[in-house]
Amino acid sequence: MPWRIVVGLKEGVKDARGERVQHELREHLGIELQSVRTLDVYTVDAALSDQELDQAAAGPFSDPVIQDYVINRPLAKDFDVLIEVGFRPGVTDNPGRTAKEAVQYLTGRPFRPEEGVYTSTQYLFKGLQDKALAEKIAGDFLANKLIQRWDILTAEEFDGAVGVPVTVPRVQTTDHSGPLTRTIDLDLSDEELLQISRQGMLALNLEEMRRIQQHMAAPGRLDERRAVGLGRELTDVELEALAQTWSEHCKHKIFSARIEYEDEQGRREVIDSLFKSYIVAATAKVRENLGDRDFCLSVFKDNAGVIAFNADWSLVFKVETHNSPSALDPYGGALTGIVGVNRDGMGTGMGARLIFNTDVFCFASPFLTRDLPPRLLHPRRIFEGVVEGVEHGGNKSGIPTINGSIVFDERFAGKPLVYCGTASFMPRLLHGRPGHEKKAQVGDHIVMTGGRIGKDGIHGATFSSEELHEGSPVTAVQIGDPITQRKMFDFLLIARDRGLYNSITDNGAGGLSSSVGEMAEDTGGFELHLDRAPLKYPGLRPWEILISEAQERMTLAVPPEKLNEFISLAREMDVEASDLGRFTASGYFHCLYAGETVCYLSMDFIHAGVPQMVIPAKWEVKPLSEPDFPQPDNLGQELERLLGRLNICSKESVVRRYDHEVQAGTVIKPLVGVVNDGPSDAAVFRPLFDSFEGVVVAHGICPSYSDIDTYHMMACAIDEGLRNYVAVGGNIDHVAGLDNFCWCDPVLSDRTPDGPYKAAQLVRANQALYDYCVAFGVPLISGKDSMKNDYQIGDQKISIPPTVLFSVIGKIEDIRSAQTMDVKRPGDLIYLLGTTADELGGSEYYAQHGSLGAKVPKVDASTALKRYRTLNAAQDQGLIASCHDLSDGGLGVALAESAFAGGYGAEVSLAAVETFEPLRADRVLFSESQSRLLVTVAPHHRDAFEALFAGQSCSHIGQVSESPELIIKDLGGEPLVRASITALKSAWQTPLREM
Amino acid sequence: MKKCVKAVVIAGNGTNCEREVAHACRLAGAEADIVHIADLLAGKVRLLDYHFLNLAGGFLDGDDLGSAKAGANRLMYARVAAGQASLADQLKDFIEQGRLVMGVCNGFQLMIKMGLLPRLGQDFSQSCTLTFNEKGRFEDRWCRLKVDHESPCVYTRGLEHLYLPVRHGEGKFVTRSAEILTELEDLHLGVLKYADADLQVTMAYPDNPNGSHNSIAGICDPSGRLFGLMPHPEAFIHRTHHPRWTREDLPEEGMGLALYRNAVEFIRNQLL
Repeated sequence: MPWRIVVGLKEGVKDARGERVQHELREHLGIELQSVRTLDVYTVDAALSDQELDQAAAGPFSDPVIQDYVINRPLAKDFDVLIEVGFRPGVTDNPGRTAKEAVQYLTGRPFRPEEGVYTSTQYLFKGLQDKALAEKIAGDFLANKLIQRWDILTAEEFDGAVGVPVTVPRVQTTDHSGPLTRTIDLDLSDEELLQISRQGMLALNLEEMRRIQQHMAAPGRLDERRAVGLGRELTDVELEALAQTWSEHCKHKIFSARIEYEDEQGRREVIDSLFKSYIVAATAKVRENLGDRDFCLSVFKDNAGVIAFNADWSLVFKVETHNSPSALDPYGGALTGIVGVNRDGMGTGMGARLIFNTDVFCFASPFLTRDLPPRLLHPRRIFEGVVEGVEHGGNKSGIPTINGSIVFDERFAGKPLVYCGTASFMPRLLHGRPGHEKKAQVGDHIVMTGGRIGKDGIHGATFSSEELHEGSPVTAVQIGDPITQRKMFDFLLIARDRGLYNSITDNGAGGLSSSVGEMAEDTGGFELHLDRAPLKYPGLRPWEILISEAQERMTLAVPPEKLNEFISLAREMDVEASDLGRFTASGYFHCLYAGETVCYLSMDFIHAGVPQMVIPAKWEVKPLSEPDFPQPDNLGQELERLLGRLNICSKESVVRRYDHEVQAGTVIKPLVGVVNDGPSDAAVFRPLFDSFEGVVVAHGICPSYSDIDTYHMMACAIDEGLRNYVAVGGNIDHVAGLDNFCWCDPVLSDRTPDGPYKAAQLVRANQALYDYCVAFGVPLISGKDSMKNDYQIGDQKISIPPTVLFSVIGKIEDIRSAQTMDVKRPGDLIYLLGTTADELGGSEYYAQHGSLGAKVPKVDASTALKRYRTLNAAQDQGLIASCHDLSDGGLGVALAESAFAGGYGAEVSLAAVETFEPLRADRVLFSESQSRLLVTVAPHHRDAFEALFAGQSCSHIGQVSESPELIIKDLGGEPLVRASITALKSAWQTPLREM
Repeated sequence: MKKCVKAVVIAGNGTNCEREVAHACRLAGAEADIVHIADLLAGKVRLLDYHFLNLAGGFLDGDDLGSAKAGANRLMYARVAAGQASLADQLKDFIEQGRLVMGVCNGFQLMIKMGLLPRLGQDFSQSCTLTFNEKGRFEDRWCRLKVDHESPCVYTRGLEHLYLPVRHGEGKFVTRSAEILTELEDLHLGVLKYADADLQVTMAYPDNPNGSHNSIAGICDPSGRLFGLMPHPEAFIHRTHHPRWTREDLPEEGMGLALYRNAVEFIRNQLL
């Protein structure tokens, strides 16, 4: 008989959680309520004495100073409607797990496997009469039906003696009668083959299904299979392993495809793999050019890229996307995104200590008012959930979130983009070998450590290889558990330093199938006993165990002589570790269950058998034109409106929710200036307590330019990342890049008739990636692509704008020479570095006037590189008082931000701005020409500074003033803008202040 | 040979700030070990091997049952291997011998929820708590703190004020009754209070980031040797930790280090 313990606040104690719910219902759904109160419910399904139960309720479950508890009777009273929200069976319930552990400490007895504690929350509403509205509040705001269940009771329906009926969300395991594995006869028609793929949520296309069919029918195959006890038919374990390994998510089939490209002049070209032709090739070229100054250590071959930091340490960086899960459950999707990319750092080389996170989101406006098509969550909910997910993922893991941004475009309603990055730090040498290298040996044990396996995350890899559709699986949604992972990482770093394993990788997409399968490429085979894997609950079939994406797990290759030490260290540190089999040289991907073979595929076929896709691509120049509106009379007002646009305004309410200082290394923080609220261009992190060397991280992202030309979008993203990086003092000669492509489906089909154009956009972005990385001398070290960011249900299709996040990471020799973007002193001279052109295509200013325009900004890499190097020299000499990059909103926005962040005014003249051609004042002010920086310099450094920049575009445009006003004079010297910095700052801070 | 002040920082189960706390202890002149809770529970390390116990910031057990609740439960009830004294008993001995305990953020929450602070009576019963911020949200922001120099606190001797970051969602200090709050104030145990730009104690957000009663940011016990605070002193030990170091002339050493220096100095004079 399960018990229910209900915990509530004592009379007179403020219910902050309830008040936040009330506030948000008012702000976001326009529902006015009298009050909202909350209660915590623990459903304890375990054999405990009354005394033990009371001790648990009084002890770990409640706080005697502010809370009361009751057992097996209701606490709720004085409400109109009660909504209780709990998890569905099998969904990760972190408080439930912690509550169970707490009871075990109290009683000294472990729970039996079927026992558990489950948590739920009761919301008590006053001023709510309408049950239909309560249903809406539950479904649209409090809960997500994919992972949560709820009960709604009105005061009349509520039995004061019983309360809410007890629900125990234990996973009910169906008794599988019949064989544990199914076999599939592939001797079928094409239509039937496709049917199998669709019904099984396998995302395999016809050619791939045929390839499997041919493989199975090959001469000698049957004998080979009979020898291990299998027959002619493929097992479900084999089919699932193939679907996972061959998924777009894991195999990057679009980036590996043969692309038949035709440019705007009809010239044809065949590209054999974008990845090899542009990304790998760019890095190879850059490394060749760097020669003995090459700082790359491990590129593209591991879970993350590795570069040198100094003689003793190397730096690891990876950025991932978690778009599809975040669309279905923003909180769980983003949380698993961040803890997932954390595992990439831990799973690179021999493992690395995590030092910081970055996050970039692309959303539709949270204030969107139009109706959304089915299955799409409102962007405000996505915003809230994603931010909270990253907050919990980062803060609880003890990793500072130090850099990020949020980009808004209506089309991201179709799929939000959630980029999560993690940098980590590892010794150059471990036990005499490079820390970034690893290799499993024949005979090593396959050891899985961390969390257990459940049905969660099944088909995550194949699901994210498709657009969001009606049948998108709910098991693809899961919730991360940062504490279980943190405990595992604490253990793994000790195991690493004691030399207890030969190789390590994470279990992400594809689970064991992917982690063991890939690690086994070192030895050429493995034997994996699926029945030895620890499960969250019984009843999983072998194929589910193989491909489950249950979180918080790493796979290691542990040599036989270290196995006992590894397992006992894990036990001591309260971490689970299980020996699941051995790495072999058999040449086979071999899985067994209870001693019987359930999967026997050659390593060659599973890893190299996927057929190369062929994708047509045709570039056409769209007939775009520049808008012809006259220059507005009041440019001060234009500037104020720009500052309040979502893409420009302050994101402080989000930034403060992330711990950006844990580990005590963040020396240039995301918020800077006289009252700690100006927008930093980049972050600087000091990873070692005994050295002043620092890591600099920044990024560029500009999807609005994609609507004109993805070539220039890519170039601008690279330049933006680099100019943010150099603005704070990053060394332009020691910086690496990571590309994260998020595209809409570029493969021609009935559903995607414009595939050739989207594929051509992809080609052009890659061409720019090659051209500019080589020109800037920036090697790419890792990256990721997410290629199906579309929404399609019925005839409604929403495709995101092609978006690339270009993240950069590098070094500053001495953090004490870093700088921030806020102006420092009245009287300092203001310089603009770089020439301004008529480049407002895709700009925020044109968007404010409802136009796209045609003249997209273009990057001149050689001029920019020289400027960035010279800026580094000026920084080293201490000549710079502040430096801010010009991006969205151009010079006007940069000036306003630097001024109000510093708390001083500025007086500048547009006549002093260097332009390529005579330009209208509004264009000078709001052009988004690239590679420009706004710098302030103390008057006594004037000569030295100007001497350094002699021969380069460096315009002295004005000075910082005591009076708190931004004064901009037009080309004729007349005041064009005269605005108080307080008003400008307020316009900039208002839009997202309450999010 | 001069005897050494030995500090221990407990790690594990969601503690996050152990490295920087150990570094602060070392800069202050102590020898510092980071000890995983597993080693304490296995009986490999004993608290009494140290003079200065640091309970660092983090999210013990994810703060899943309320901040540090499950962590407090573990320290009070977990069994130590081979029949050795429980952690709770080791801690009692440690305190009775007059050794020093400092809890920061989650460590402060842990001390409060174990009843180690404010310890107005002789037993370890919980009389205060730290609960959800008035705004209901986690926040990272720097705060000014006014020091009560009539306090018996050994850590804040000679200090007037501090400027440190808070990084928490559950930092609102609340007492079980008005009498307890009065007693705390009468004994000058509410040693750190959130203050405005003029160093006046304030209840106004954001200078008081969480709505703490009487603006209390940190308290000590009547002996002054047990001390807990929500702000992070280990996060400001060098000038480049300060959010405005690029625009202000600041001494090389950050303000937070003084708390550790005072602790080490006190141990040198009284306990060695």
